[in-house]
Amino acid sequence: MSATTGGGAAAAGAPPPPAQTPRQDAGPGVPSSSRPAWRRALSSSPAYMAVVLLVLVALFSLLAPDTFPTAANGRNVLTDVAVLLVMAVGTTYVLVAGGFDLSQGSVLVFSGVAAAKTMEALGGQGAGTVLVGIAVGLLAGTAWGAVNGLVITKLGVPALITTLGSTGAALGAAQLLSNGTDVRTVPDALISVAVQRPLTLSWLVWVAALVALVGGLVLATTRYGRHTQLIGSNAESARRAGIAVDRHTASLYVLNGALAGLAGLMSLTRFATTTISGHTTDGLQVITGVVLGGTSLFGGAGTVIGTVIGMFIPGVLNNGFVVLNVQAFWQQVAVGVVLVVAVYVDQLKRRRRNAA
Amino acid sequence: MLLEARGVHKAYGHVQVLHGVDFEAEAGEVTALIGDNGAGKSTLVKILSGALAPDAGELGLHGRRVRLTSPEHARSLGVETVYQDLALAPELGPAENVFAGRELLRPGLLGRLGVLDKKTMRARAQEAFTSMGTDVKDLDAAVAALSGGQRQSVAICRAVMWAKDLVFLDEPTAALGVRQTGKVLELVRRVADSGVGVVLISHNMTEVLEVADTVQVLRLGRRVAKLPARGTTVADLVGAMTGALDTPVTDARDDDRTDDRAAR
Repeated sequence: MSATTGGGAAAAGAPPPPAQTPRQDAGPGVPSSSRPAWRRALSSSPAYMAVVLLVLVALFSLLAPDTFPTAANGRNVLTDVAVLLVMAVGTTYVLVAGGFDLSQGSVLVFSGVAAAKTMEALGGQGAGTVLVGIAVGLLAGTAWGAVNGLVITKLGVPALITTLGSTGAALGAAQLLSNGTDVRTVPDALISVAVQRPLTLSWLVWVAALVALVGGLVLATTRYGRHTQLIGSNAESARRAGIAVDRHTASLYVLNGALAGLAGLMSLTRFATTTISGHTTDGLQVITGVVLGGTSLFGGAGTVIGTVIGMFIPGVLNNGFVVLNVQAFWQQVAVGVVLVVAVYVDQLKRRRRNAA
Repeated sequence: MLLEARGVHKAYGHVQVLHGVDFEAEAGEVTALIGDNGAGKSTLVKILSGALAPDAGELGLHGRRVRLTSPEHARSLGVETVYQDLALAPELGPAENVFAGRELLRPGLLGRLGVLDKKTMRARAQEAFTSMGTDVKDLDAAVAALSGGQRQSVAICRAVMWAKDLVFLDEPTAALGVRQTGKVLELVRRVADSGVGVVLISHNMTEVLEVADTVQVLRLGRRVAKLPARGTTVADLVGAMTGALDTPVTDARDDDRTDDRAAR
């Protein structure tokens, strides 16, 4: 070893010219090794998934040219995806930070029931009642998120177990509140929102688009988003860098709960009932879409634009099969296969990168 | 004197790890800290970098007594540490890692909304990497895709960028091949030449003699030798480390019980 490090000794012993030498070798090195942004974007998982999505749309358009590529059907797909997308934006953050949240479907139901029960108790069909209901729904979701966040960060219970627990607890609590039957007394003011279509799209779609836009910008361009990535990539490193890891992590679950609360209100608006039994697989559907969109299950990487694409793949598959009169059960089979293949491809890329 | 420690004692339960260790580091110099496994190197570094509180003893920075309460406290005083595990975020790029926890925000309203100034951070990271003469060139690649030496360079540059005074490097070459070791040692030398004090913890005595100005040897929780690197041989260091050489060369103490400041 002493002989081989001799070269280093000679170099280290000589007085270093700090400014000139590096610039010389940086000159030719930089342009060749930094790839342009568009090439990086194209080689990312969201880009692959966007291609898959386009192929699906093209395929269904060819197979059902009269029914699939229509404005009405497009609106259907968008409205179907809107509620799940709101939750998926929050889950993107949680997964990027290396966490996990299964509980959103149940928190959605709980928030919807809490809001509906409050509005029922207040009586009236007007905007005042609806505003109180909205506040209660959001608060209920936020509260479940806070419970998740505190149990995970303060008590140190794994996120999977914590949110599995609150999945059951929130659904049970919702059924206790409603005696197990759906609340159908939704005020007219809220129902009228569901039929309005500003700029041809439902309010639900606009709300989801706004959440995705803000969520995407915050994750990609702000310090909050950067800290989320750092925590998911290496929590110890984030801690040493002076980031309040526990507080940040807890805030992500709170955010996720609040978004599930918002989704609960959206669902209530859309169906005019609490649909207690209709959301048991929402949590898994959301995670499926987020992972399809290229967010790593191991944390550290993910984008909201990817999540948007990832959420539309199951949505388009489902709609396409319905339009083609294929049994809708095939959608579940197809999404399952696509998910496994997508994660497999992602792991291949990861392994290749780490071997480089 | 940049950093000075006097009579540092530390015990874990009944196990006395440090028996009144003295230690000094000067600005613009590489001070190597060597010793066999269990000699107390890491414990001493943890104490000097604020991660661990000593049972007894004094620390001085720039001639003033300090009591370091945490690594963050040490960092606020201009002392950074690069741990063996580097603590980099593998999914993020070199610039993102350099500015982890110290992100720059855009001026004006956007900055108040928490929007990052990616351009400036990238440019400043690039500047640091080039001025330190590292071979970190692809600022777009994730750290996971870099070589071990490049990763080490990122971690060292990060520490140096924020260290006003002193950087602790814990075995920076332990996991590296020969060529990359050479690169990292050049970097270490350059850092010291820029006026920052460097404390290099290492096992590799050849490497220590190559790059260090002073070598301080720990054995069984005592500093047994403080030698100028020039003119010292590997045999001298091995002797001091193992105790075969029990006649100290300079400034070494056989008995640490007396906290003899008179020696200075």
